[in-house]
Amino acid sequence: MTDPHSAPSGAVPVVRISGVDKTFTRGDSILTKALEAIDLDVNLGEFISFIGPSGCGKSTLLRIVGDLTSPTSGTVTVNGKTAERARRDRDYGMVFQAPVLFDWRTVEDNVKLPLEILGQDAATRTKRAREMLELVELGDFLKHHPYQLSGGMQQRVAIARALAFQPSILLMDEPFGALDEMTRERMNGEVLRIWQQTGTTILFVTHSIPEAVFLSSRVVVMSARPGRIAKVIDIDLPRPRNEDSRETRRYFELVTEVREVLRAGGGSLDDAATVDAGGSLERALAEGPIG
Amino acid sequence: MSAGLMGRPTANGPAIVRLARAGRRSIGEYVPALVVLVGGFLLLEYGLAAVHIESFLLPRPTAVAAAIADNWSTGRFALVPSALATLEEAVIGLVVGTIAGVTVAFASARWGTARGFLLPIAIGANAIPIIAFAPLFNNWFGLLNPLAKALMAAVLVFFPVVANVTRGLVQVEPGALELMRSYAASEWTILRKVRIPNALPYFFTAMKIATTLSLIGAIVGEYFGGSSSVLGRIIVQSASALKFDVTWAAILFGAAIGIVFYAIVALAERLVIPWAAVLRGDG
Repeated sequence: MTDPHSAPSGAVPVVRISGVDKTFTRGDSILTKALEAIDLDVNLGEFISFIGPSGCGKSTLLRIVGDLTSPTSGTVTVNGKTAERARRDRDYGMVFQAPVLFDWRTVEDNVKLPLEILGQDAATRTKRAREMLELVELGDFLKHHPYQLSGGMQQRVAIARALAFQPSILLMDEPFGALDEMTRERMNGEVLRIWQQTGTTILFVTHSIPEAVFLSSRVVVMSARPGRIAKVIDIDLPRPRNEDSRETRRYFELVTEVREVLRAGGGSLDDAATVDAGGSLERALAEGPIG
Repeated sequence: MSAGLMGRPTANGPAIVRLARAGRRSIGEYVPALVVLVGGFLLLEYGLAAVHIESFLLPRPTAVAAAIADNWSTGRFALVPSALATLEEAVIGLVVGTIAGVTVAFASARWGTARGFLLPIAIGANAIPIIAFAPLFNNWFGLLNPLAKALMAAVLVFFPVVANVTRGLVQVEPGALELMRSYAASEWTILRKVRIPNALPYFFTAMKIATTLSLIGAIVGEYFGGSSSVLGRIIVQSASALKFDVTWAAILFGAAIGIVFYAIVALAERLVIPWAAVLRGDG
């Protein structure tokens, strides 16, 4: 069986990142060199994870690809277009660490939101939203409100919403970072199943090594200060993967390999655990004062 | 991985049951408040005489009730027509103040520069005892003009509405704005789909303050003169005529209007934004 999700040589790059630098400044003084000389091609249908210690700029890189912030220098090409053009063409679905659901909307209406903005008709919206909620196994919760759901369920609604308008690329920024280990593993299974069903290209930021190895076709290991790509590791675990894949020898070897590259890069796991604070700092610096 | 392996979560999990329970409020919860109210009346009726408090200082509830009956709609202190006149001033003030406040809030939310100078003024003005301007309003618009009182009410209503609604429109979760940006949504779409729904709870909070303020504005405006068939004039004139039972009767009318105002806003809030009440935990 051929695996459509592996990265064959000569494949079409969906995302091409070349020479990207990102420097956060305040006035004339440089605060942080978040990213330096990032080059990466992401191929069609790939599942690619970014992992690294706090301050390695992995979230920033994802935000640059998604045109939520712009690089200081270098270029990002998405489906042959600029990142901004791709965003305006709605090529991206995004899932953040917080589900960002609207409490005034039911679960179904939250999933319909992007479809409303795209101007789809009511019948299509309903059909599509229900399909997506079935996909994340929340078909029984259409009329519930977000506050009636657990954190894991909310995040599944956010995934359903991101998939609703069939974006060619899904950008996920530590989507399961706030969930407990059990829920996280369950969500990993779900996301893998969805990826296999939809064939969407996924860029996934995480600070969990097992998560990165279990999910990805390639893991991009990054080092901090300045944020650089330390190594890109091919994950040749056979597919389809399931809970048993987590207990194979090859899985442990790959987890060890990622860990060793992380350690060599100066980033300890403890450091990685503080990544939430780092991410929000990056965000604050990127956005500047609100106003 | 088999999707069914983990099992579907059921729709009647504990969190939902808890919410359903919170959504209902039994009559029993109102009993303590009723007991205190009735007890208070009984204490006033029988306790005051026992401790020799003169009736002109604090009239008995039955005396106030009699005053209400005697002055219902006729005589020098006709309560119902006066209350209606005051109500009209308060409602005009409430409507004008709210419309103006919401308009300014939208402008200041839309344009950062406008917000830069409007919001500090609105917040500052909130701290000023605006009611102190009441005699000036009477002077500007004419002592006998009910508009002077209505505008006093409107000014009082205006500032908390501006401050609250602006906050509701502006203080949107940053993630929500990023999400809308990822959809390449226009400012207009963001306003309709995010900012306005986000501002609704703030608006209702403002309205709860504003209804009370509109009554205060109208009644205090009346204290400084004008038509005598309004609650404020009845309060002033009956008190100076030592007819305190009538004074209390007029105050009760004002209180009743205030409570009805508040109840209408609270009911509207329940109907328009039921989710907000649940989130506050008092659904």
